[in-house]
Amino acid sequence: MKRARVAYAGAIHGAVEVDDQLKLDDGRIVDESEVIWLPPVTPRTVFALGLNYADHAKELSFNAPTEPLVFLKGPNTFVGHMAQTLRPADATYMHYECELAVVIGREARNVKREYAYDYVSGYTVANDYAIRDYLENYYRPNLRVKNRDTCTPIGPWFVDKKDIADPMNLTLRTYVNGKLTQQGSTKDMIFDIPYLIEYLSGFMTLNDGDIILTGTPKGSVDTVVGDVVVTEVEGIGRLVNTIVGDETFNVSKPLQPAEKLI
Amino acid sequence: MSKAKIRFFGSLHEEEVNVDVVNATIELKGKSYDLGQLSLTSPVSGTIYGTLLNYKGALKALENEVNEPPYNQPPNAPILYIKPVNTINGYNVPIPLPSDVAELEVGAALGIVIGRTATRVSEEQALDYVAGYTVVNDVTVPHSSFFRPAISQKARDGFCPVGPWVIERDAIENPDALELRVYINGELRQENTTANLIRPVKKLIAEVTEFMTLTAGDTLLVGVPEGAPLVKSGDHVCIKIEGVGALENRVVHEHELVAGGAK
Repeated sequence: MKRARVAYAGAIHGAVEVDDQLKLDDGRIVDESEVIWLPPVTPRTVFALGLNYADHAKELSFNAPTEPLVFLKGPNTFVGHMAQTLRPADATYMHYECELAVVIGREARNVKREYAYDYVSGYTVANDYAIRDYLENYYRPNLRVKNRDTCTPIGPWFVDKKDIADPMNLTLRTYVNGKLTQQGSTKDMIFDIPYLIEYLSGFMTLNDGDIILTGTPKGSVDTVVGDVVVTEVEGIGRLVNTIVGDETFNVSKPLQPAEKLI
Repeated sequence: MSKAKIRFFGSLHEEEVNVDVVNATIELKGKSYDLGQLSLTSPVSGTIYGTLLNYKGALKALENEVNEPPYNQPPNAPILYIKPVNTINGYNVPIPLPSDVAELEVGAALGIVIGRTATRVSEEQALDYVAGYTVVNDVTVPHSSFFRPAISQKARDGFCPVGPWVIERDAIENPDALELRVYINGELRQENTTANLIRPVKKLIAEVTEFMTLTAGDTLLVGVPEGAPLVKSGDHVCIKIEGVGALENRVVHEHELVAGGAK
């Protein structure tokens, strides 16, 4: 089953897909265009993988890592399907990253790879944008590159684990303004899903709702204001995002705090 | 007496209390308690962000290394990391020593607790967004390279004690002039002051919120000074920050821990 979290008519709802429409938890049936899509899982601890596809590592002139390159993301960076992502005016190279996102379903500690899928509840799609201008060689990729507000669209759907026969054999595709710019397969991951769960749970506790963004294959290109970027994972979803500029967020004008709270 | 917020073990909300920072006592509903009598959990529940190499001495300790590969130059903007929810720990609750590690580094940090949504905040107005301050022990498995994110060194279970309380912002006249001391088993092992920050509190808030929104309850650590003391199983750690509080924890081998137990 495909499930979403949406805002509709003044409240936040869970919803399922029924005949290309959304059926809200309260029974209402609405068109997809009538809702605001939220991240399908409320982000708490979110891991992301760097250089987890050999072809992408090569594209960035790195040798494939011998240990997973993991970084963390904060809740500020996530936006849902059909959202806007800000490209700062000074950025010269901002690229998307189409990724399979794995959602953890229960507490996991010291899990062996053969049992790893017992701890997965499902999957979604993420677009892990990076602004390479802000890369620094400390804790690289640093949060200024990877944890910016609005820079991690996720969704539209949470898809139950049982609906995906083999998550390690799914095609990933990215389209910019309708043109195919990235294509790969999850079978080319360097560290596969069971490995990542064994690795992470080997030194820390994973919890229900934690998410692992499993990395992106080669084919990252610069994107600019106005681009519509669609990241798609076979059988899981098609995540649409639009890039906007500083003017949309009034970046040039310093924000003034509202009246002081008492 | 200063106003502070505290959270009792097992409680879902914070209590507003009056605290005596020097004597480590609190006053709640007209009654006074020693901190040692109480079972506390972390007084903050948002996301905890740490800042790497924000003490002048910590950067200086790397000497010319920062100009050589892989770093090539000193940090340009704040280098942040996240202490995820599994790391968050309370006052007087044991710090687990993982079985694959012999010693841990004590990361004595002033935590800036955010009071309201902060996006692209100016330096002048930065403190308007602060609810208060707390003491954080940003525990780390010792590591010498800062090139890649240190998740397996910084994100282990229980590696982020916070507390004992969040002292209200106005109790601290100048967060950039606070003395900080670390005692291991009662012996003074580290001494520094937030006057040595490369990015002082207001500037740090401004530069971080330039790209990343902080929300109420989030905590931004100003950084960890050079010369972090090492601790092993059985050691008692006390981090004192002038006017803010003293955070105490004992390091206990993970095999000896009682599940979910305070103290």
